[in-house]
Amino acid sequence: MCLAIPGQIVERSVDDPHVAIVEVSKVRRAINVGLLEDQDLVAGDWVLIHVGFAMSRISEAAAQEQLRLLAMLGEDEQAMREIESYAIR
Amino acid sequence: MQYVDEFRDPALIRRTAAEIRALIDPGRHYRIMEVCGGHTHAIYRFALADLLPPNLELIHGPGCPVCVLPMGRLDDGLSIAEEQGGIFTTFGDVMRVPGRHGSPLERQSAGVDIRMVYSPLDALRLAEREPDRHVIFFAIGFETTAPSTALTLHRAKALGINNFSIFCNHVMIIPAIRAILDSPDMRLDAFIGPGHVSSVIGCRPYHFVARDYGKPLVTSGFEPLDLLQSIVMILRQLRDGRAEVENQYARVVPWEGNLPALKALADVFELRPYFEWRGLGFISQSALQISERYAQWDAERRFTVPGVRVTDPKAAQCGEVLKGVLKPQACKLFGRACTPERPVGALMVSSEGACAAYYNYVHRRAEVSA
Ligand code: SF4
Repeated sequence: MCLAIPGQIVERSVDDPHVAIVEVSKVRRAINVGLLEDQDLVAGDWVLIHVGFAMSRISEAAAQEQLRLLAMLGEDEQAMREIESYAIR
Repeated sequence: MQYVDEFRDPALIRRTAAEIRALIDPGRHYRIMEVCGGHTHAIYRFALADLLPPNLELIHGPGCPVCVLPMGRLDDGLSIAEEQGGIFTTFGDVMRVPGRHGSPLERQSAGVDIRMVYSPLDALRLAEREPDRHVIFFAIGFETTAPSTALTLHRAKALGINNFSIFCNHVMIIPAIRAILDSPDMRLDAFIGPGHVSSVIGCRPYHFVARDYGKPLVTSGFEPLDLLQSIVMILRQLRDGRAEVENQYARVVPWEGNLPALKALADVFELRPYFEWRGLGFISQSALQISERYAQWDAERRFTVPGVRVTDPKAAQCGEVLKGVLKPQACKLFGRACTPERPVGALMVSSEGACAAYYNYVHRRAEVSA
């Protein structure tokens, strides 16, 4: 559960400022971005996701490294199961 | 050094390892605690000890939320849910933690309505879908996870969802570090500070470690190179006789922390006067409870808590391992009565627990090659 999963924001929700759609390894799901409300996230930004919430904004390079790290730790499949369980929107 | 070649930039890894050796005083023994369970996992998985000189010892700290949860809390949460005919929800890591009447997973096969969720928002959504049932979310985690519980309660309030409550077990890393520094058998030289907890609380709260206890603390990322660089930063401080808080993980950790997250924590939670940590005992002001303002979503205020106290089996040495006094393999139950398949202590359950990490990456591997 202490996994942090990198994802790219592809869309902000129009009706709920706390919701954004992220893409992680081609899977798109809704996450809560309320903890980064001071960051003015836009489509294209990368974030670290923890239990359904965006926790930190990171660079694309850091996101790629984090994906690699998850794979090296053998936690990439578990991370994808987690992402797939999130709401579609 | 089996992993070095798959690491990003192996040459840099080797250079950093050489730098560590150059900074080490061969006549001295170094004990550095990595506080965070994620670091413990990475250290074993990448066999980083193989890259370090033998007189530099990494001590595993208490930063695994599942490992420090007292068994009685789990029993309390489960029995409230059962009594209410409710639905007990929690993260996957909790599902295999042994309780007095079995783990949540075992209770689930016995017919109790227990659901694993990946996010507290899933538990809230379940309550929305099943308005006639009460949904309890058994919340655990350090400051990394507590803000997500806080925002979930904001949402419950905004949507007016009343058949939902939190059984809160959120704990805080600073009082745990202080308890370790104050413990009489403490012999540490420095700390590798947690990564994701620090992205919420920032670096300032660690200042007392340097100022009052004279120990360096460097917050660190999770890659092999991050951990080695953090060790270099610590060793430079020790060589120069400095004790400071430094941030190796600046790409994720802002010095001031995450302000909206801290604001949400202050709104939804208040300090518990004291809380029991498995293996460490009662630590005052070391945990969070739901504040008065959100009382109606607080399972502990809303229902009667049995207050179960369960003592761990005598032979289990989880407390010593948690404090870093004992190595996992030195526990009498390790690998015999206690394995990841049949865990006695929670340190054997979570992949971030020192016992499970040691078992999976060192013990099992040694058995395979034997
Ligand atoms: S081996 Fe089991 S009982 Fe012993 S310290 Fe580890 S988790 Fe606790």
